[in-house]
Amino acid sequence: MTALQSPPEPAGTTGPTSPSPRRGRRRATALAPRDKLILGLMLGIPALVHIALVWVPAFGSVVLSFSSWDGIGGFEDIEWVGIQNYVDIFTRYPRFWPAFQHNVIWLLFLLVIPTIAGLLLAVLLDRQLRFGRLYQSALYLPMVLSLALVGFIWQLIYQPEQGLLNSVLGTASTDPVNWLGDPDINLYAVLVAAGWRHTGYIMLLYLAGLKSVDPALKEAAALDGANAWQTFFRVTFPVLKPVNVVVLVVTVIEGLRAFDIVYVINKGRNGLELLSVLVTDNIIGESSRIGWGSALAVILLLIALGVIIPRLVQVFREEERS
Amino acid sequence: MTFRPGRIFLHVFLVLTCLATLAPLLWALYASLRTYDDTSRNGYFSLAESLTFDNFSTAWTQADLPHYYMNTLIVTLPALVLVLLLSSMVAFGVSRFSFKFNLALLMLFTAGNLLPQQVIVTPLYRLFLLTPVPAWLSDSEVLLDSQLGLVLIHVAFQSGFCVFVLSNYMKTIPHELSEAARVDGAGVFRQYWQVILPLCRPALAALATLEFTWIYNDFLWALVLIQTGDKMPITSALQNLRGTFFVDNNLVAAGSLLVALPTLVVFFVLQRQFIGGLTLGSTKG
Repeated sequence: MTALQSPPEPAGTTGPTSPSPRRGRRRATALAPRDKLILGLMLGIPALVHIALVWVPAFGSVVLSFSSWDGIGGFEDIEWVGIQNYVDIFTRYPRFWPAFQHNVIWLLFLLVIPTIAGLLLAVLLDRQLRFGRLYQSALYLPMVLSLALVGFIWQLIYQPEQGLLNSVLGTASTDPVNWLGDPDINLYAVLVAAGWRHTGYIMLLYLAGLKSVDPALKEAAALDGANAWQTFFRVTFPVLKPVNVVVLVVTVIEGLRAFDIVYVINKGRNGLELLSVLVTDNIIGESSRIGWGSALAVILLLIALGVIIPRLVQVFREEERS
Repeated sequence: MTFRPGRIFLHVFLVLTCLATLAPLLWALYASLRTYDDTSRNGYFSLAESLTFDNFSTAWTQADLPHYYMNTLIVTLPALVLVLLLSSMVAFGVSRFSFKFNLALLMLFTAGNLLPQQVIVTPLYRLFLLTPVPAWLSDSEVLLDSQLGLVLIHVAFQSGFCVFVLSNYMKTIPHELSEAARVDGAGVFRQYWQVILPLCRPALAALATLEFTWIYNDFLWALVLIQTGDKMPITSALQNLRGTFFVDNNLVAAGSLLVALPTLVVFFVLQRQFIGGLTLGSTKG
């Protein structure tokens, strides 16, 4: 129970017992053959479904990324081309580097703006406050909307002549800014909408983390003469370290998955290209180049592994400690 | 109560932030309640001449929204039940017994939960195209373009998160309980179904709320794996409906809010479960 708050105790139980004697006893438990079979099925069937539909395709992406295949004909028509797809993507594919750059901007934006806003709001709301729950509800609300819907709703704000933003700025009738059509600014306009939805989630994670900070620590700091600022940066923030890792992982994965919002706005073109769009274009788009799409997917996977592995290490270090 | 200027300032700041957060939704609501006549004459940034629910009823009937709600329902409900059932079985196995491969299994599910969908979507599309299903299950006769396929990928993909949450939760249930049941002669399945699962009700409720929202909100899986517009769940269908049926902003706004409605209702009614689920998902209990 190192990270964030512990789950509520199930009703009618007395809480976890100390782990060491339990572990010994567990090993001593011999299972009847029938129980072994049932347990095998209980673990085996879900694992099979998960492996067959998640890990086999993920592995398939890696293998197919070394091939050239248009999907017509059987597997025997697959031509193996080594790393040619990767070479072509990096050197000759005009959409790759813009998409890559947009993904980097996407990640940096989400890591900075919603994280700071979410942390600030969490700190402000982590106290006995009248209407505190009401504020929290309002700030959480965008989280339940799909990113596709966020795209639809924000289009009503960003439209050049009819949108809210230009009307408020007073430019709607004179010189309307085309927020979503201008490739120099549309990525940032979309990021504001995505950040709008993401901030509530970050706030939630930090609020849960702050609740687990021992109030005695803060009291002790106050007694030692620390001001609120010092208490936060020297006492509270270090305790939030596991939450920071979760925030990083959640944000990076959300950033790499982002697709719906740009797809409903303009199918991810004209300044809104993302790696996820390039992958999807090879399935539902005009061309069906499976090897090519898979190579793009593997690049996405490699970036994702940059946070998946640290997260696994974190989870299982805690696993060993408990 | 003593007068504290700091507190007043805090409240003013929070009220303004909340209003700014709600503004996009309120703006959509406002546009949806106005007539096309009104907004085309006065623009959207103006005082409404009258407010009406006409756009909602037009969007509802013209685009045949009930049909798409039904499409979503027949995917979401089975997926929800199956993912909770399968994940709780795995969580039960890995948290109540110690096998050599427990950690590997848990790691597999946890990592699977973090993969971006695009990493698996290309081979998955091929796999679905090659997997035959009986004609009575899907007229496409393969998993592609079938609602069964959509249910399966939701179950497989979401089980990563659910296994992680449930196994952490089950670890907090004392071993003495299943031990006692075992001594009384209960088999493994009865320990799971009658002892452990009932104790997991809070976690299952939280996960059900969260998973309902996520599966309902899915856009990519349906976009890629369903090819007949008629079979699309509502979130993905909105893309096609715009332009065909939702021609003006008022109708787009009304249609969007109608699509958002079920998740908004869930949020307002089950907010505690929703928040609890997300909190559990980020913790190591």
